Amino acid sequence: MKLESILIANRGEIARRIIRTCKKRGIKTVSIYSEADAEMPYVKEADEAFLIGPPPVAQSYLNMEIIIEKAKESKVNAIHPGYGLLSENAQFAKRCEEEGILFIGPSSRVIRDMGDKITARSIMKKAGVPVVPGFDGGLESVEQGLAVAEEMGYPVMLKASAGGGGIGMQLVYGRDELTKAFASAKGRAKAYFGNDSIFIEKYIENPHHIEVQIVADGHGNVVHLWERECSVQRRHQKVIEEAPSPFITDQIRKEICDTAVKAAKAVNYTGAGTVEFIMDGKGQFYFLEMNTRLQVEHPVTEEITGLDLVALQIDIAGGLPIPFQQEDVRRQGHAIEFRIYAEDPKTFYPSPGTITEYRPPWFEGVRVDDGVARGTKVTPFYDPMIGKLIVSGSNREEALIRAEKALNEYRIEGIKSNLPFLREVLGFSDFQKGNYTTQLVQKMNQSE
Amino acid sequence: MKEVAANMAGTVIQVLVNAGDEVSAGQDVVMLESMKMEVPIASEVAGKVAEIKVNIGDFVNEGDVLLLVE
Repeated sequence: MKLESILIANRGEIARRIIRTCKKRGIKTVSIYSEADAEMPYVKEADEAFLIGPPPVAQSYLNMEIIIEKAKESKVNAIHPGYGLLSENAQFAKRCEEEGILFIGPSSRVIRDMGDKITARSIMKKAGVPVVPGFDGGLESVEQGLAVAEEMGYPVMLKASAGGGGIGMQLVYGRDELTKAFASAKGRAKAYFGNDSIFIEKYIENPHHIEVQIVADGHGNVVHLWERECSVQRRHQKVIEEAPSPFITDQIRKEICDTAVKAAKAVNYTGAGTVEFIMDGKGQFYFLEMNTRLQVEHPVTEEITGLDLVALQIDIAGGLPIPFQQEDVRRQGHAIEFRIYAEDPKTFYPSPGTITEYRPPWFEGVRVDDGVARGTKVTPFYDPMIGKLIVSGSNREEALIRAEKALNEYRIEGIKSNLPFLREVLGFSDFQKGNYTTQLVQKMNQSE
Repeated sequence: MKEVAANMAGTVIQVLVNAGDEVSAGQDVVMLESMKMEVPIASEVAGKVAEIKVNIGDFVNEGDVLLLVE
């Protein structure tokens, strides 16, 4: 089926990114926006746009019924959910299936299975994908938790079964701490995710966060598009991602990419997805979770492979097979993505306001995927990410040189941004050397 | 009289003290929310809350006074 029109159930940077590919393909786009986003660039760039409600996400971007209603009213073939918001909401995917609107992503069953970490762990374990040592079921009692932790050895991580993005996790170093943390972890899991199921995993100290991009079609083909190193994080959230990983060897690269394909096959995955792994200093990796959507950091993969992931998603959703095979996927050069946040560069506290001056860098090897322009009001209602700077070069050294120039040229005024922080990370010797783990930001603070 | 000010722009989602309450230095007095992040604001001084300047739902800018402590 040829998709002629798509509603984008998202906002900002990713809505613009999807519109860009649709324009290239001659596909009509429909945007939705809340009252707070009426003046955002993505609203004007779509062929059609609908106001869907007041600023809070529960009344606008998470309001499934109004989004479905607008999709029907504008007679689109499909909905692209972007990332965040409804992108990993199995119920929304199911509602689309019921209404005969294509959901650009995997089936609601896959989203549900991968969204529940306990289910995902057990599926992966069965398929022979290594998972972090831990307990596969939801914990019934604190006594059970203590018994499991003692068997594995401390430290351990308490995790909400329905959690993600670092939310609902608690690191525990010993028996007393676990006893204390158990009830609060359960309580927070219930408050954040509406599900108080928690489980225990062995805590991997000073780890690398490495993920593999895969694409899978409805004809049984699964192809990986190499890995990304996502270890630079602040507040448990990624800030800088790069491909290829400067840490792993070609041997590990092959193993981890093959494992990701195995994981995707185990769940009959379709569409673009990411298998996230945690890796210790010796290169031993474990399955962490699977993201059943396009990710923020997809451009670094696009830059090293020359592929358009949104275009691939659209083709796969339309029923086409992936137009290449594993051996055709090239890997060339190096790409680094910097997330631009409207936030204080020291405290990482949000900084909403009006952007009075906006000039992104523009030269060879630089790509800027952003959602704002001069005059855009950055409101307190949504995520602080306003754009992404992606630099690429024939190798990591060249990418680093371009990154420095690009970060120095980037101008954002009127609000605080994390540009000074990104420049600081770039100048930090461990980052320069490509020798860093998820503890990089803490290490930078200690060396101050 | 000492001022307790917001250290980020956001919406007041909780006021954790009442006028007349005794607060200690470092005690959280107001909870702000902005861009999917909740940040507690602590009083830097000990004393008695003289006046609360904000209500739940108010939007405050960085530096705005939230309450006065005497």
